[in-house]
Amino acid sequence: MHDHDPHDHDHDHDDDDHGHTHAPPQKDHDAGPIGAYEVLEEAVRSLLIEKGVLTAPEIANQVDLMDSRSPALGAKVVARAWTDPAFKKRLLADTRAALAELGIDIGTLAEFHTVENTAKAHNVIVCTLCSCYPKMLLGVPPAWYKSLAYRSRTVADPRGVLAEFGVELPEGVEVRVHDSTADLRYIVLPMRPKGTLGWSEKQLAAIVTRDSMIGTAIPAAPAKPTARKRKKAA
Amino acid sequence: MVKAETSRCRFAPGHKVRVASRPAVGHCRTPWYLRGKAGVVAEIHGTFRNPEQLAYHKPGLPGQVLYKVRFAQAEIWARYEGHAGDHLEADIYEHWLEPLK
Repeated sequence: MHDHDPHDHDHDHDDDDHGHTHAPPQKDHDAGPIGAYEVLEEAVRSLLIEKGVLTAPEIANQVDLMDSRSPALGAKVVARAWTDPAFKKRLLADTRAALAELGIDIGTLAEFHTVENTAKAHNVIVCTLCSCYPKMLLGVPPAWYKSLAYRSRTVADPRGVLAEFGVELPEGVEVRVHDSTADLRYIVLPMRPKGTLGWSEKQLAAIVTRDSMIGTAIPAAPAKPTARKRKKAA
Repeated sequence: MVKAETSRCRFAPGHKVRVASRPAVGHCRTPWYLRGKAGVVAEIHGTFRNPEQLAYHKPGLPGQVLYKVRFAQAEIWARYEGHAGDHLEADIYEHWLEPLK
């Protein structure tokens, strides 16, 4: 598929046999008929504004706040926990307070818990009832996290799901699934990969992926070019 | 969330419990696949307003103690194929838990 502008090239469009097909133009998200939930959202939103419960700028600010959250925030927390054992201890004991230390306010809608991956246990997070997700730390969830397949299969066959994500667990590691059924949001503290000794917090944060904080990936240090063998002294 | 006073909690970490096997009408945060299943209380999270009432614009009071309950995967799924140590944790409100001896 091409992602270039269809008119930014000079070959002849009248020729049907020019050997490749063009991708259709991107569909407008509001091109189809409006659905029941969209009507509901619009109705509730305008009523809330009309009755003075909320203002349009307040709604826009909340959208901006959610947009400002991304997995980079979670990665910063993980990197700090990897480099500062006392912080890690506080993070596991009281996630809200530890995040506040880093200037991260997780709001009052939900409590947060950090679950730690170890050499004996691998954690994975799911919300079977809806799509609860640590948004204040990871931003908007990926579409697959909200899919029926992920939500139903992760609780019943977590190892099968992990394998599809490419996660291979060493023999003897148990899998712990956390179903976010209530007022708590979970985040996985992955294990620090080997080969990262002496790395700075910033370097470490760069290898912490979103999926590794959901539990569907394991962070890895990029393979280093083979160290040049030092010439032996004659 | 309010820290739950231990004296007001029906269960403590280590207690064996069973999730009530009853239907619910309307909004409910107790998943079907865990109803009737036996687990162990792993943690007390505190007292939270009852979501079954909050969903209908009621105050949700008195608050319900929320527990982290640990279930062996083999208890939930008869044909679970993973390791024996695999387990699942879910957060269940007190009024959905029954003591198990």
